[in-house]
This record gives sequence, C-alpha cells and structure tokens, in this order.
Amino acid sequence: MIDFIKENLILNDPLIVGANVSILLTLIAIVFVLTYFKKWKWLWTEWVTTVDHKKIGIMYIISALLMLFRGGVDALLMRAQLTVPNNDFLSPQHYNEIFTTHGTIMILFMAMPFLLGLMNFVVPLQIGARDVAYPYLNNLSFWSFFFGAILFNVSFVFGGSPDAGWTNYAPLAIEGSPGPGINYYLLGLQVSGIGTLLTGINFIVTIIKMRAPGMKLLRMPMFSWTTLITSFIIVFAFPILTVTLALMTFDRLFGTHFFTLTDGGNPMLWSNLFWLWGHPEVYIVVLPAFGIFSEVIATFAKKTLFGYKSMIISLVVISFLSFLVWVHHFFTMGGSAAINNVFSITTMAIAIPTGIKIFNWLGTLYKSRIQFTTAMLWALGFIPTFVIGGVTGVMLGMAAADFQYHNNYFLVAHFHYTLIAGVVFACFAGFVYWYPKMFGHKLDERLGKLSFWFFAIGFNVCFLPQFLLGFAGMPRRVYTYVPEDGWTALNVVSTIGAIGMGIGFLILVYNIHYSIRNAKKETTGDAWNGRTLEWATTTAIPPHYNFADVPEIKGIDAFWQMKQENEEKKKKTITYRPIHMPNNASTPFVMSALFFVAGFGLVFELWWLAVIGGIGIIACLLIRSIRSHKEDEGYYVTVEELKKMEQPFHKEA
Amino acid sequence: MAQINTTNNPDTPLEYQSETGRLNIFGFWIFLGAEVALFATLFAAYFALKDGTAGGPLPIDVFDLNNTIIMTLILLISSFTSGLAIHEMRRNNVKSMIVWLVITLIFGLAFLYMEIEEFIHLVNEGANLGTNAYWSSFYLLTGTHGLHVTFGICWIVLIITQVLRRGLTPETAKKVFVSSLYWHFLDFVWIFVFTGVYLLGMVG
Repeated sequence: MIDFIKENLILNDPLIVGANVSILLTLIAIVFVLTYFKKWKWLWTEWVTTVDHKKIGIMYIISALLMLFRGGVDALLMRAQLTVPNNDFLSPQHYNEIFTTHGTIMILFMAMPFLLGLMNFVVPLQIGARDVAYPYLNNLSFWSFFFGAILFNVSFVFGGSPDAGWTNYAPLAIEGSPGPGINYYLLGLQVSGIGTLLTGINFIVTIIKMRAPGMKLLRMPMFSWTTLITSFIIVFAFPILTVTLALMTFDRLFGTHFFTLTDGGNPMLWSNLFWLWGHPEVYIVVLPAFGIFSEVIATFAKKTLFGYKSMIISLVVISFLSFLVWVHHFFTMGGSAAINNVFSITTMAIAIPTGIKIFNWLGTLYKSRIQFTTAMLWALGFIPTFVIGGVTGVMLGMAAADFQYHNNYFLVAHFHYTLIAGVVFACFAGFVYWYPKMFGHKLDERLGKLSFWFFAIGFNVCFLPQFLLGFAGMPRRVYTYVPEDGWTALNVVSTIGAIGMGIGFLILVYNIHYSIRNAKKETTGDAWNGRTLEWATTTAIPPHYNFADVPEIKGIDAFWQMKQENEEKKKKTITYRPIHMPNNASTPFVMSALFFVAGFGLVFELWWLAVIGGIGIIACLLIRSIRSHKEDEGYYVTVEELKKMEQPFHKEA
Repeated sequence: MAQINTTNNPDTPLEYQSETGRLNIFGFWIFLGAEVALFATLFAAYFALKDGTAGGPLPIDVFDLNNTIIMTLILLISSFTSGLAIHEMRRNNVKSMIVWLVITLIFGLAFLYMEIEEFIHLVNEGANLGTNAYWSSFYLLTGTHGLHVTFGICWIVLIITQVLRRGLTPETAKKVFVSSLYWHFLDFVWIFVFTGVYLLGMVG
C-alpha cells in the first residue's frame, strides 16, 4: 500500500509539490473551520443532501468557479511557457499534460457545470415549477459530476495527468501513453457523464410537464427554451460519449481492439465517435449561453425579445445540424472530396441560424434605451467578439482551406473566440444577472464593469494575435519554438492579454467578497425590473418552495405583463394551499463517492477496489428501490408557514 | 417535485394515477431514447469494425443460427408474457400479474443461459474479447445487451418482492409498468442484434 502511494505521488516537480502542499493545507483549513464552527451537520443537511434545485445550482456554480481557477492557472502556465522561444519553464511532458487538462476541465468541468448551475437555479423559477421533476436524481447528477471532476483532478498529484489532448486521440492515448493518466480521463469523464445525462432527462421532463398554468411552449422564456433543446442534445449525444469512453477503457484495461493499431482496430473510429459527441457538446454549452444573452438583452433593452419564434426555429435547426458536422474536425483524415464537401456544407449551414440569432439580438437592441449594467456589458461584448469566432468558423469549415488552418493557432484562436466570447461571457453575464436572486444582493457594478473591461480587452489581446500566429504557421500543442520562427512578438502580446484575463477573473471573485460586505440588501424579488417569472418571487431570495401561488401566465414576458396590469388594479387576496415538497436524499452522495472509488480502482487496475465500489453502487440502487415509496412521500409546507414566509409581500401591499 | 394527489377518474390506469407516476413514466421514455443512442453507437462501432476479422475465426464459421433463432423466439415470447402481465395489472389481478412476470423472468433466464453457452462455445472456437476488432465489438454489443437483460431480471425480481409486500399501489404499479417498457426495449434491441449481427454475419 505504502509502495503504491510512493510510486504514484508526484514529488519530482516543484510546481506539483507546491500544489500538493496547498491542497493539503486547504483541506486541513476546511476541516478545521467546519469543526471549529460546528458546521458539519449544517453542511450535510442544508447542502450535501439537499434536493432543492436552487442550492444544487449554487453548488454547481461554486464548483465551476473553482474549476475555472484551475483551468485558468493551466492556461497561464502555458502562456508563460510560450512567451519566449526556447523556454524551459515547463518540460514537454508537463506541457502536454497541462494543455490536456486545460481543455478537458474548461469544457466539461467548468463550462458545463456553470451552465447547468444556472439552469438548475433559474429554469424551475422561470417556468413556475416547484422544483425539477426528479429532485433525487438532480442531487445524484450534481454529486456524480463533482466526484467525476475530483477523480479527473486527482491525476495531477497522483499518478500523472492525461497527456493526449482533450480529444484524447487514439493511438496516442492507447499505445502512446502507458501511465494511469488516460485512465483518469476515461473514468473521470464517464462518472461525470452519468450526471449530465440524468440532468438532460430531468430538464426535458420538468420543462415539458411542469410549466405554470397558461405557459404554453410558445410563451416560455428563451433561457428555458435553450435549456429544453440543450437537454435533448444531451440525451442523444452523451450516450455516444459513454460508449466511446467505455470502448477505449476496454482497449486499455482488457486488451480489446477498437482503436488500436493492430488486429483490425481503427484509430480514426475514435475521432469519429468522439466528435459525434464532441460537436453536439459544443452546442450543449453554447445554446444555453445564447439563452442567457437573450434574457439579459431583453431585460436591459426593456423590450420583448425580437423574433421570438425565429429564435426557437434557429435553435432547433442548430441542434439538428450539430449532429451532422462532426467530420469537419478532421477534414485531413483522408476521406474523399465528396465526404468533405457534405460536411463542409452542413458546417457552413450552421452559420445561417446563428446569424438569425445575432440579428434578432441586434433587432432587440435597435431603438431601445439600453441600460449599461455589468450583465449587459458582457452581452454587448459578446456580439462582436462572437461574430469573429463565427466567421473564422466558416473559414475553417471550407474543407479545402482547412488543410491550411488544420491544427495551428488559427484554430486555437477560433474556438476560444466562440467558447470564451460565447460561453464564458454568458456564464459571467448570467452570474451577475441572477446573483441577486441567489444571494439577495447585487454584485458591485463598478468592480463588475472593471472586471469586464480587463477580461474582454485581455481576451482580445490574447487571442487576436493567435489568428496571425496561425497564418504564420505556428502549430498548436507545441511546447516551444525557436527565435527564427518569428513568432516571439505576437506570443508576448498574447501572454500580456492572458494576464489581463486573469486580473479580470480575480476582480470578479474579489467582487463577491466585496459585495457581501458592502452591497445593500434587495428588498423585493425584482432586482433588475425583470420580465420573466423568476423575478416574480415575493422575496429577494426565493423561498424553498419557490411560489406560494403560481400565477396564470398570459404571454411571453409574463412578469412584465403582470406588473403592467397590477398598476391598474390592486392585488387580489391569495388563498394559500399546503405545498408538497420532496425529502432530502443521502444515497446519491454515497453512491457518487462509490463511483469515485470504483473509478479509482479501475484507473490503477486495482480490481478488488473496483469490485468493492461496484457492489456498493448496486447496494445503493437496491436501497433506493426499496425505500423510494417512503423517500418520495415528501412533506407539506403548511398554510401557517406559508403566511409567515410570504409576510414581506403583505407588508408592501 | 411531484404531487402525490391522485386523480379520481377510475378509468386512469393505476400507474398513471399519481403525478410521480406520470412524470416517471414520461422520463423513462426519454431515458429509452438515450438507450437508443447508446446501442446505436455500439452498432456503429460494430459495423465499422466488421471486417477486422484477421487472426480469429470467421463469424460465418462459428455462429449457430438455430441456437440464435431459439434465443430470439424466447426473448420475443418473454416480451409477450410481459405484456400479459401488464394486462393483468390493468385488471387489478395481482396474482396472475405475478405469474406472468415470473414466466417472463424464466424466459429471460433461459435467454441468458443460452447466450452464456454461446459465448463459451465461441471462446472455445478461439474467438475471445481480445482476438481482433470484430470479436471485440461483437462481445461489447451482445454483452451490453446481455448485461441489460441481467439487470432487468434482477430489477423485476426486486419489483415483484415489493408488490408482494405492499400490494398493487400507484407506486408499485408504476414500477411494474416501467420495467415492462424496459423489457420490451431489450427485445427491440435484440431484433437488431439478430438481424445486424447474426443474419448478416451468416451472409458473410
């Protein structure tokens, strides 16, 4: 046992030893603080076992911010290494590991959970539901994501990180990478993928079956619409990832021949299957982002979203096309010209519905009195930057031209323009926008705007030069270059931009700390003069049951209409009825922890540990099945409690 | 979260009477959609690697079609008996429902027995998990289906014990119904396995 730990604990790299020590100290500090303030029980009953979609959403967002920090440090390390030629700050192996973890973490453990967190928090409120359809599964979703993320992150201090890129191409990931790193990748993603799939199912059912009375599908807020479509993509794309990961796990652990070079295996099959999931995945993260921008822009332009129906149609078209473009990630595979043509056309076709969306946002802004809040700045910054990402995407989509751009910095710049300007800006916009709903006070606007300018300018300074570096022929995923290449100046500029982004992020985090101490408390549920139902809650932070009385929905912008009508007539008295609430659940946490145990066992081929984990998981399923009739009984919030909770509203009236 | 309030319309089947029941059944349909994607991917891998047979026996030489036809019939009949169980459930006939469920399980076990026998036979013929790409994908595809059948059997046993203990309530009825959807789905997948793997495999 001690030998096993000695063998795998990484102690020869000062950077990682530093990380080891800081992780250890943080853990000790957390344990100490929780014990000192006697918060263990609070943590368990209020957070770990909670089935409240709002708390689960907040936990997702906190995890995502932590992962953003980790992925951001990876990015800064890479930029530091590339600033000057012939740099030996990072070893080639270390550099490989860092770009792999950077990509994987940012997509799967940062962007997705951040958006899932916002969805969790907002969507049930937006459609007037008590909670999601399956609160128990929702808790399981979060914890399996969380333990999957931990399993993946453990790799860099114990056993070594995956080093075959976030796309994990075969045969490099099979024959070319013998250590446990790739196993961490395969199993970490597998465990967190379970949670994502369950979330997808959960939101489809929630949105289709649990909307407020009168809220027809065509009266639903745009963010809920994007969540619905995204959930459909999740349900049909994530099983592909599940199988693909499982096949490679079998290749690595049990000697099968799916993606191997020998015995009939086909490494290109991995690329195909990976991108069959991977491209829909891109839309899984970007569609909710579009939804967030739609909400923010409509609110601060004080207008109904322009072209509501065309927005929905373009959403559906994008989701459909997202499954038909995967080959454009490897036009250079050696497929025939006919194949490349087909995928070239489908790829460029995506620009049409996306363009419609851009014009709809512009149409919403046109002749409106724009209120320049922080959230709105993120949304306004998104439009031009994302267009650069989109246009360069069409350039890459042209198969013949792609042979020039393939695997160089032009591509790197392109997808950062779509993913950062599209997704990260949206996460920040949504975070700032819904923050008062989560914590009852706004984030400081002055600091917020400062963080926006640092981040947005830093972003462009960082990635615009990379388009040029691509034209100059700099390949991606190289750990260094020589002065004669002539890439030095642009790389220096790019690194300066990256530092700007880092400062922007730090200001954003500091803003949370600052605002907790200085911001004044919101007194109503309507922090921004909002238009959709989530702002209609009677208190700033919605009570755990969301709405004591679910209003009748009469159109898009339900809450806006309610406010207009209420000016004329006084509020009618509400007769409260007891509200049914779900019970907390502790098995999901245990089960996810066992997934971690089983996954860890498989990573190091410790079969006994994997078997123990597996048996534990089955036992959890068994317990759930036997106890489900009791667990699903729930409890009622009584009328007296409701009256007490809804008091602030009565005072106002 | 779902309300437990039951609708009073006596024509509503038991499993649809509670809000939880309605939500769970609908959600399970979506889950089956995800399962379709899962098996579709396995089929895609199978067909992509179909020609990677070097270094091992050819499927045409080792498949026993008679055996597979019997397996197919067994599974098809089990789907029918599973339907009969739901029919009896709708008539609130707990005893016959359980009888039909047990018959379904026996057919399921027979199918599993024959599949394991077949695997042992194939391994003896030199077709292992690691022999070549063809046999890897064959075992992963049929094995995933077999694993689903195994899971289904354990699950239905669990549900039968719950019905025996608590009787037929909206809650247990929902479980029986959902598990029967699952069982039909396995049958549906097997038809594709039978056609895509065995029949096409015999053609060569």
